[in-house]
Amino acid sequence: MAYLNIPNVVVRGISACVPRHIDENINYPMEEEDRVKLISSIGVERKRIADKDTCTSDLCFKAAEKLIDELNWDKSEIDCLIFVTQTPDFILPATSCILQHRLGLSTECYTQDISLGCSGWVYGFSSIASLLFAGGGSLRKALLLVGDTTSKVNSKNDKSTWPLFGDAGTATALEFELGSDGLKFHLASDGDGAEAIIIKDGGYRNIISDASLVSNFFEEGISRTNLDVYLDGMSVFSFAISRAPQSVKKLIEKFEIDKDSVDYFEFHQANLYLNEKVRKKLQLEPEKVPYSLKNFGNTSSATIPLTMVTELRDKLKSKKLSHISCAFGVGLSWGSVYFNTDKIVCPDLIEY
Amino acid sequence: MELEKFVANFAAQFDETDASIFTAETKFRDVEEWSSILALSLIAMVDEEYDVKLKGDDIRNSQTVNDLYEIVKSRK
Repeated sequence: MAYLNIPNVVVRGISACVPRHIDENINYPMEEEDRVKLISSIGVERKRIADKDTCTSDLCFKAAEKLIDELNWDKSEIDCLIFVTQTPDFILPATSCILQHRLGLSTECYTQDISLGCSGWVYGFSSIASLLFAGGGSLRKALLLVGDTTSKVNSKNDKSTWPLFGDAGTATALEFELGSDGLKFHLASDGDGAEAIIIKDGGYRNIISDASLVSNFFEEGISRTNLDVYLDGMSVFSFAISRAPQSVKKLIEKFEIDKDSVDYFEFHQANLYLNEKVRKKLQLEPEKVPYSLKNFGNTSSATIPLTMVTELRDKLKSKKLSHISCAFGVGLSWGSVYFNTDKIVCPDLIEY
Repeated sequence: MELEKFVANFAAQFDETDASIFTAETKFRDVEEWSSILALSLIAMVDEEYDVKLKGDDIRNSQTVNDLYEIVKSRK
């Protein structure tokens, strides 16, 4: 049972960076009546798309630089950097090493890539907090850089993915602080659903070939190559409406959290229809459940920190807040975290 | 679980289609109102009423309401 209770770790700041280019779903080429229905059910009106020269690491770099600056952090005290993405710069080396150097961090820095998508922020949060705790103070400050440029692996001719996903990179700053409340997690996985969201070729199970580049027609509005994301929306929906609420309930029960005292419940922004089912199942008031879907879409692992920046920024900066965040998706992989923030640093959304 | 109740629960997902047209033998994909969103609402109904997870393939490989009933029943 993957429950974690990690003391002595605090969140100091959160930032997010999105590409400048806005792609409006109202312009997506499909029959108008179907398009209106699609937009209202997924709840995504527009999203940001990275140009061909911009990688996830560039967005995370910008988010990190701004956050370090506003935190007034001495870079030599950042002893840990974790980068969570499914769109790294290269197959090898790990992008986290590149980011350590690019950010000018010490060579004594612990760096690591984690390959997870939608659940990635919660998972990365658990990893980096565990490291800070285990370091017992020798890892002083840490950066969790999380995001994806999913547009690079989506087919424009696939209505089941293109209108849904946007690009974003985020940075979360954490610090070791003896005696602080810390963080509480529930984490889980189910590889039985591995094929529910998958890029079939280009790894080492199916090495890239000429056939990988051919666009295949599946049905009206759905054509893609084997290097594009395939999404079985029905299977993912079925998984998420049961597992997401269950994870939040397990977290609340295990750690005896007073649900009513939680200020905000930040969910992975999958799609509005699904997220509203999850919210209603948990009987949460709409005021406690922020959404950034409308303007940014599903930004994979970046959704939770991005939503905190775009929807809760003023409150994060001025108040002490308690949060439950829950993320779920590709893997299949999911988890929830309970944590507090106390007047954290939260720069304005960055555009790059 | 009862087939009759399952058919009624199935029919209740449709807003514009008269519930009385649904039987166990109805080929649901032929119903004009059928859509990908309706499929999601069906999955949600099965999750809520029967605590069973339907996968995309369960729906894609089923023809009639009864086909889905049999899948749900086998997982109860």
